[in-house]
Amino acid sequence: MLNTNDILETITMIQDENLDIRTITMGISLLDCADSDIHVSCRKIYEKITRCAKDLVSTGCEIEREYGIPIINKRISVTPISMLCGVSGGDQVEYAKVLDKASKAVGVNFIGGFSALVQKGFAAGDRELIRAIPEALAITDQVCSSVNIGSTKAGINMDAVAMMGNVIKQSAQLTADRDCIGAAKLVVFCNAVEDNPFMAGAFHGVGEPDTVIHVGVSGPGVVRAALSKAGDIPLNEVADLIKRTAFKITRMGQLVGAEASRRLGVPFGIVDLSLAPTPAIGDSVAHILEEIGLEQCGAPGTTAALAMLNDAVKKGGVMASSTVGGLSGAFIPVTEDAGMIDAARAGTLSIEKLEAMTAVCSVGLDMIVIPGDTSAETIAAIIADEAAIGMVNQKTTAVRLIPAVGKAMGEELNFGGLLGSGPVMKVGTKSPARMIGRGGHIPAPMHSLKN
Amino acid sequence: MRAIITVVGRDMVGILARVAGECAKINANVIEVNQSVLQDMFAMIMLIDISKITCKLGDFGEAMDAIGQEMGLKIHVMHEDLFNSMHRV
Repeated sequence: MLNTNDILETITMIQDENLDIRTITMGISLLDCADSDIHVSCRKIYEKITRCAKDLVSTGCEIEREYGIPIINKRISVTPISMLCGVSGGDQVEYAKVLDKASKAVGVNFIGGFSALVQKGFAAGDRELIRAIPEALAITDQVCSSVNIGSTKAGINMDAVAMMGNVIKQSAQLTADRDCIGAAKLVVFCNAVEDNPFMAGAFHGVGEPDTVIHVGVSGPGVVRAALSKAGDIPLNEVADLIKRTAFKITRMGQLVGAEASRRLGVPFGIVDLSLAPTPAIGDSVAHILEEIGLEQCGAPGTTAALAMLNDAVKKGGVMASSTVGGLSGAFIPVTEDAGMIDAARAGTLSIEKLEAMTAVCSVGLDMIVIPGDTSAETIAAIIADEAAIGMVNQKTTAVRLIPAVGKAMGEELNFGGLLGSGPVMKVGTKSPARMIGRGGHIPAPMHSLKN
Repeated sequence: MRAIITVVGRDMVGILARVAGECAKINANVIEVNQSVLQDMFAMIMLIDISKITCKLGDFGEAMDAIGQEMGLKIHVMHEDLFNSMHRV
């Protein structure tokens, strides 16, 4: 029989330390739905999503009950819609509406893929889709959008960066009456991955199979609890302990993913080895860093502790899963992490410190509330800075900023649920307008030439 | 296929009998029981064979959870695969 301690450990992890499967995400290719008539295209999309994902939620719930492990979200990612826009033309918002309708029909809580990949330039449909994002996010509830504006191979498309500064502002303005939620559903990427199961940045890459199941695990609370029990051990032992814990968490993700894939008859894609926090007490990445020995997240030492944490999570997780992918690392979304929210309120955590942290972990400047009067150029410049970190370090970086319309420093936005709440953070006031106004392209770095 | 039932709570007469009775009702065979009483705290881990059960494991888990609440105990029913995958390389 199994070891009693192992059994009790697993139960404690689930009951008291918020261990869960954060998401089962079904990727669905919509390439075969493209049609020169947008209405036909939308009809095919609705039919395909409701056919492929009809059992996704019920299967997820069944596994949840049978294995006794909570599966928090069931979601869908689809082919970047800009590709369908390129074929059909027409009002791109129609696509957002049909995605929202299909996602509600099958009972998932988010659908990602109102996206465009423009790292090297704009193809047919890309500009139109990007312009439609603010309205699409304002009139839908569950649609998430992402735009990839740079990569290590292609450099950074600064025209797209400038556009995204405006799009983020408009997305916030159109949803100002709902705590600017539009901007919280929009991510700007550099080096976006094609098999990401996490929202808001999930889309189904063109290299993926027709349908696929990805799993994103979680468990910051478990890591923190393990460290707390271990006491004052040296950092190399801390790293080992994190590795062991990450192994266990990931094995669970692998089990659930394989089981979901078998029951749904859909190929298993990847396990995303991420530490994804929620605003719940005891489910915070910031608290892990504090457990390692920082008075508060954001203090000097934060970047080093995070680098170690991120690396150890990967090392532990990679052996536990047959296929690792997605973003795989520790997330630091400010409004979704109780410890980060406290640190931002206290002024310990600044955007500049977060930027440094994003150089050593996944993913980027995530869920950060900024003053509503921040200019589109400043937002674009923050995107460019973050994209540069991703481009040079050959990693994914992302920006999800929420301009709090009508609010200034000291005030807060509250999205509720997993998106949490957070204070408006200080943004530098000197203008980058002339640089952003130049447009053009930042060339790919030297080390992109690997062949 | 096997599942693990864990029961933790204040000791009283009939816990083992009740849990075992519920297992019998759904045709689950009890393979192994490991239980101890420390002061007045009761802790039990029971391994059952679920290959021939007459209901879904999820439904059984919910029924046991309800019985746990009724008796003031914490009862979890979980598939053995979960533990095997987490604790065995």
